[in-house]
Amino acid sequence: MKQMHNHRLLQIRNLKKYYPVTAGLFSRHIGDIKAVDGVTFHIVEKEILGLVGESGCGKSTLGKTIPRLEEPTSGEIWYKGADVTKLDKKRLRELRKEVQIIFQDPDASLDPRMTVGDSICEPLVIHDIGDDRERVETVAELMEQVGLEARQANLYPHEFSGGQKQRIGIARALAVNPRLIIADEPVSALDVSIQAQILNLMTDIQEKFGLAYLFIAHDLSVIKHMAHRVAVMYLGKIVELANKKEIFDNALHPYTEALLSAVPSLKSKAKDRILLRGDVPSPLNPPLGCRFHPRCHRVLPICSQEEPDLTEVSEGHLVACHLY
Amino acid sequence: MIMDNTILKVNNLKTYFFTRRGVVKAVDGVNFELRKGECLCLVGESGCGKTVTALSILGLIDSPPGRIVDGQISYNGLDLAQCSLKQLRQIRGSDISIVFQEAQSALNPVLTIGDQIVEQIRLHLPMEHSQARERAMTLLNEMGIPSVERVMSYYPHQLSGGMKQRALIAMSLSCDPKILIADEPTTAVDVTIKAQILNIFRELKAKRQMSLIFITHDLAVVAEIGDRAVIMYGGKDVETAPVSEIIGEPKHPYTSGLIECLPDLSKTTDRLASIPGTTPNPSEMPQGCAFHPRCPKAMAICSQQESTEIIISREHKVSCHLYR
Repeated sequence: MKQMHNHRLLQIRNLKKYYPVTAGLFSRHIGDIKAVDGVTFHIVEKEILGLVGESGCGKSTLGKTIPRLEEPTSGEIWYKGADVTKLDKKRLRELRKEVQIIFQDPDASLDPRMTVGDSICEPLVIHDIGDDRERVETVAELMEQVGLEARQANLYPHEFSGGQKQRIGIARALAVNPRLIIADEPVSALDVSIQAQILNLMTDIQEKFGLAYLFIAHDLSVIKHMAHRVAVMYLGKIVELANKKEIFDNALHPYTEALLSAVPSLKSKAKDRILLRGDVPSPLNPPLGCRFHPRCHRVLPICSQEEPDLTEVSEGHLVACHLY
Repeated sequence: MIMDNTILKVNNLKTYFFTRRGVVKAVDGVNFELRKGECLCLVGESGCGKTVTALSILGLIDSPPGRIVDGQISYNGLDLAQCSLKQLRQIRGSDISIVFQEAQSALNPVLTIGDQIVEQIRLHLPMEHSQARERAMTLLNEMGIPSVERVMSYYPHQLSGGMKQRALIAMSLSCDPKILIADEPTTAVDVTIKAQILNIFRELKAKRQMSLIFITHDLAVVAEIGDRAVIMYGGKDVETAPVSEIIGEPKHPYTSGLIECLPDLSKTTDRLASIPGTTPNPSEMPQGCAFHPRCPKAMAICSQQESTEIIISREHKVSCHLYR
């Protein structure tokens, strides 16, 4: 791909991740769970791309495939001119220094038997950065940057609250000077008053270090607050992608419309709400044609037969829907 | 000040847990009344005592270690805090019933949905099996569950999250309760399903004149469904008012903090307001007003003396030294 734009940090093309489903004594292969099924997008430097969708739509799997914590089934992941899917072990490790993940559950992502200082220091050891003394200094500096005190480095995770643990997760991700952070629902496990603190911290850090985020969330109001551009995912596919203003003021895909109208708000009363019928279908057996058609309120005859492609309808606004 | 249409009154309720590590004052003086046909929201963050309040009403506190140490819960001439187990058993499920947050763990995994609903109906109402089955199917139908006949024979794991939540609501309605307590019924589900569930509750209120206690941490949900709200912090009610006043003119600094730190689709801000610090641990409550260490308007007196309830208007009460 020669015409790769220079400022594009990450370019994903037709990425797929299938999980085989087996049954019976001989583990007969009976199908695939198509968690991510042909996703294409890019992130430019210093950009926050919000990825939104309901549970089971594949957004977390997508996040994990980028640093190859999950091996992609097919597709390309270009990071700084190299295809991540083809990297050898050594170069993959280099990549993981630049692409870090912050997980949803700060409780599950910290080792309960390690002091948080050691946890934050671990990436430095793995990537062989600095000597012991420098590492101690770096850890102290990182902890202060995320709003903790350096002397707390000797405490264990259970001595911290949920919000503080998420700060530790952020400090650990920052330890190796990444360029891209994949934040997988970083605030959904936190109380509202703490959520705001963490979102503010993430904004500060993004500006200070010039990071790019892939910000995964199911909460549209959080996405609206954080993201520059937004991708909406449904059953393994991106159905709409545009800059924030377009998505929130001029949503085109019926699913995006429904998602937006479903969000309870302090100000709007529930009058013109689009209520979706039914549940998200199983990714093992997605509906034929457009995957959203059985729940769509603007369905056309063609929708059950042909799958729409993601096409650009105006500059930078992509949508996969037969209406356009 | 019991008004005629008050159906349940909770007065100075205190529920403590006596653990080896000390006394945990989960609920420490909560007051509110529920009126006929209204939706009262109990709002607060994790650990504020809202769920324990609900469990206390139903006499579902595990004892030991928990115990209602003080206060009255008046319902229908009875004090539920003093009732015998036998009396409580009659009231639970038939007069007052509850919908729990996690539909998955509230349903019995080895019984079919139909059997579970029929069981509850026959426990409280003199009905033949076939009659109870009829009733169960009508209820499930009312909840918008498709192909009821089939769903009756399903086990919980065969249903999606939204469906389980609906089956659970149907079950809790099976004996025509006067009061329905819903404990975070929309927290574990996706936005589009959340909108569906909220719609069900709205209809319940309109069609059956049900009195609802709706427990949630989400003020946007409160704005959507509530008539009045009780804001809880540190095991106490800190502000009680009609929902429009809570959101429009919050009095308690905690309430205004909660509202400001909520990212909202209808507003755009660069930076979210946040409440510093974390929610207090119920076993180590701060002296004086429990909120004072996090309060932007704290005064000298706040750390020494608890505030008593101050009546702002007939419908609006707040516990805060600012309004003394």
